[in-house]
Amino acid sequence: MSDQSDQSNNNFDKDGNKKPPQPGVSNNKVPEEELALTKSVGSKGLSSFFSSLMAILVGLVVGVIILMIANPSNAGQGLIAILRGGMTGSPTALGQSVATSIPIIMTGLSVAFAYKAGLFNIGASGQFMIGGVFAVYVAIKGTMIPDSILWLVCMLAAMVGGAIWGSVPGILKAYFKVNEVITSIMMNYIGMYTAKIIIERTIYDSRYARAQNVPLRAQIPTLGLNTRFPGTNLNISLLLCIVFCVIIFIISSRTVFGYELTAVGLNPDASRYAGINSKRTVIIAMMIAGAMSGLGAYMMYLGGTGVYMDTKEIVASQGFNGIPVALLAMNHPIGVFFTGLFIGHITIGGENLQLYGYSKEIIDMIIAVIIYCAAFSLILKQLLGRIIQGKFRINRQKPRGPAPQGPGRYMHPEETEVSS
Amino acid sequence: MSKNVIEMDNITKRFGSFTAVDDVTFHLRKGEIHALLGENGAGKTTLVNVLFGLYAHEGGTIRINDEFATLNNPNDANDYGIGMVHQHFMLVQNFTVLESIILGDEPAKGGILNMREARRKVIEISERYKLAIDPDAEISEITVGQQQRVEILKMLFRENEILIFDEPTAVLIPQEIDELMKIMRQLAEEGKSIIFITHKLNEIQQVADRVTILRKGKHVATRNVADTSADEMSELMVGRAVDLQVDKGHVVRGDIVFSCENITVKRELSEKNAVHDVSLEVRAGEIVSIAGVDGNGQSELVYALTGITPPNEGRIFLNGVDISKFSIRERTKAGMAHIPEDRQRYGLILDYTLANNLVLQTYYEPRFQNHGFMRSGNILEYADELIDRFDIRSSEGATSMGRALSGGNQQKTIVARELDRDADIIIAVQPVRGLDVGAIEYIHKQLMDQREKGKGVLLVSFELDEVMNLSDRILVMYEGEIVADLDPDQTDERELGLYMAGKKKEAVNV
Repeated sequence: MSDQSDQSNNNFDKDGNKKPPQPGVSNNKVPEEELALTKSVGSKGLSSFFSSLMAILVGLVVGVIILMIANPSNAGQGLIAILRGGMTGSPTALGQSVATSIPIIMTGLSVAFAYKAGLFNIGASGQFMIGGVFAVYVAIKGTMIPDSILWLVCMLAAMVGGAIWGSVPGILKAYFKVNEVITSIMMNYIGMYTAKIIIERTIYDSRYARAQNVPLRAQIPTLGLNTRFPGTNLNISLLLCIVFCVIIFIISSRTVFGYELTAVGLNPDASRYAGINSKRTVIIAMMIAGAMSGLGAYMMYLGGTGVYMDTKEIVASQGFNGIPVALLAMNHPIGVFFTGLFIGHITIGGENLQLYGYSKEIIDMIIAVIIYCAAFSLILKQLLGRIIQGKFRINRQKPRGPAPQGPGRYMHPEETEVSS
Repeated sequence: MSKNVIEMDNITKRFGSFTAVDDVTFHLRKGEIHALLGENGAGKTTLVNVLFGLYAHEGGTIRINDEFATLNNPNDANDYGIGMVHQHFMLVQNFTVLESIILGDEPAKGGILNMREARRKVIEISERYKLAIDPDAEISEITVGQQQRVEILKMLFRENEILIFDEPTAVLIPQEIDELMKIMRQLAEEGKSIIFITHKLNEIQQVADRVTILRKGKHVATRNVADTSADEMSELMVGRAVDLQVDKGHVVRGDIVFSCENITVKRELSEKNAVHDVSLEVRAGEIVSIAGVDGNGQSELVYALTGITPPNEGRIFLNGVDISKFSIRERTKAGMAHIPEDRQRYGLILDYTLANNLVLQTYYEPRFQNHGFMRSGNILEYADELIDRFDIRSSEGATSMGRALSGGNQQKTIVARELDRDADIIIAVQPVRGLDVGAIEYIHKQLMDQREKGKGVLLVSFELDEVMNLSDRILVMYEGEIVADLDPDQTDERELGLYMAGKKKEAVNV
């Protein structure tokens, strides 16, 4: 008997049974599309955009469900209030929405940038508070500084403060391999109390138990924006936000430092092999991240919006809110600007929920769901891809039966390298 | 002619859009050793994994002993009497040999393990097949060759009639390979049918009756080994004529370019040093190989020399300059190139583009940066040039992600980057591991070119063929020490094997 004789490519085997159909079409089509989606950088950005959009939609659906449970009759109006956010027609509300967004855009930028280097900066709050106290201190005590540059000096002070606070977890990570999550959380509390001590000892206004008013001459220039949009306190900080988002984008994608930073974040071992000074990279990355958080506080406390640094023992929430902003933007510096605006927008919308008898915390639940979905969307995307490609073990317990067709059940490590 | 015990007809297996096995027919006769030959990625392992119930196939039929079979998992395969020795052994380190053999098929009476019966049976089998083994030794204590015996005994204990050996010789020294070949022959004579997966032609000629050659998932040919030649097999396997025998032209050896003295690397929590007092030197125009079984301190030595993990003691010289205290970057600039052992961990940033990976060691040079800004135009241009020159294949050229490249092209990327820097010493660790014959041929040629250009090459390899083929000098490393300094023209694989196994030691005065 000869083996070669069996190799004619007919559709019947020796016993005349028809061969199982080749499940080529259904099995092949989807992964190819998936591949095409993730192929080029451009379409990758697009798919990230869509998964963020999906996360937002799911979050809103959950929000509606919560509204329905709480009070079905007003749910529709509640949803409209959320979506409308600050755009209620009054410039004050719009200005409020922007003012809410600005600090979290900056802390979001901080978190996103640190993440490029593989660091999870959960200490944006501490950096925020120290940056704020530095800026406010200079604003109040810097009487010898000329008016024309005082706002700039304050801004630099905020960046320096944030950078110092960011550098501590960076140094501990680089030299002692201490996990930056733990140290940066600790630095939040140390930052909060340090800010409290500085305020109470130097620039305290005991009548209101808070820092003194920031003199008008130290406030962020408005360039007439507040008169053009009457009723708002608009100043140039939104423009500054855009500028810093672009700067961070350029640093991370166009510079040698950004190349090293991303390399360290993506593969520390290969970076070491290539002789990249990862200690220096990690520390500078954390300092820049800290400076961005500090800037957020500068824009908040020196914007003339009637917000003051107080001495309550509460860690600033703006720092933590930067995390969802960064996550939703998939850590893209430009994306952060838009997700920050969005989160600010619906936060104001959430406050308006109270008009319909809902508590404003519902919006925090919606934001939380959105963040969960954003974080899960990556995992979901991979999982779906695998199921579609038939590499996921589904019918493990299936007893012997007809020849299995379609999806396989086991992924061999060797087979993952399949390509080109 | 004896009858077929396995008939796999028109088997097709896809992974997504990739067809790993395409309409392959493979028949195994009773009592034969049937070799499956093919390059990496040709589909050999996938085909036997289908037979072993690890993968479901999409097209074709499997008949075992004339009966249509559906295999959903390895237990089904076992029910059909199919056993497999995997490339990487599946053994529990702190079990004894006896426990390992009976694991999964324990003889028991009323739920109580009958060790006496098990021991009797294991000893009987090991005597019958002359597979001497100490049933009470722990797996962690015995050699790799003996561990393989345990795997074979495991199949025999289960009375498997169809035995699959997946690249069984990859981890063995030459003496152990000979031993294994004898065992396989004997098993076949006892009536067992054997599938032998390999990419080594001499082993096929030594032991197999028939050979089936796969290429890119397709069946190319089935031949009687007696009626074919090594040349024909390699041509069928690669699809063109290959010459793996590198032409080692005469190169005048120059001065010492690279040397190290008394390198010692301590191991954590262990008295024994990972590298103990190693000194060596490499001259210009010379390829010096470090042979040895994996895990004898080669990796630690390379980490010490390249600065990834500085040694506890010892000095390193490059072109007469003491570089012991140099950082990795300073070593790179001083003229050291390093093709690392683990290409995905050290060699590449998988989520960087090919272009970014190609400048990983040079991105800071003025040609690629201007006042801290990357000159992406120059980088892409340079990348395109290297891609062209080193024939790196990818779907999107310089902008392909490192992750999207095949193993061979990933390695070519590293080789291109390291060799284009005009370094004086090239430290290459297992540069062709896991690559197909075409890529091996290419990379070996590149290393020979460097030698001709008067560069020094320090090659660390676990493959004796590679060591014998390329080297001007062979150092053998055993348990952290250099135990031999040999001339490849005056030694053979047998002698090397003895040194590698620590059975022979010469006074080395390098």
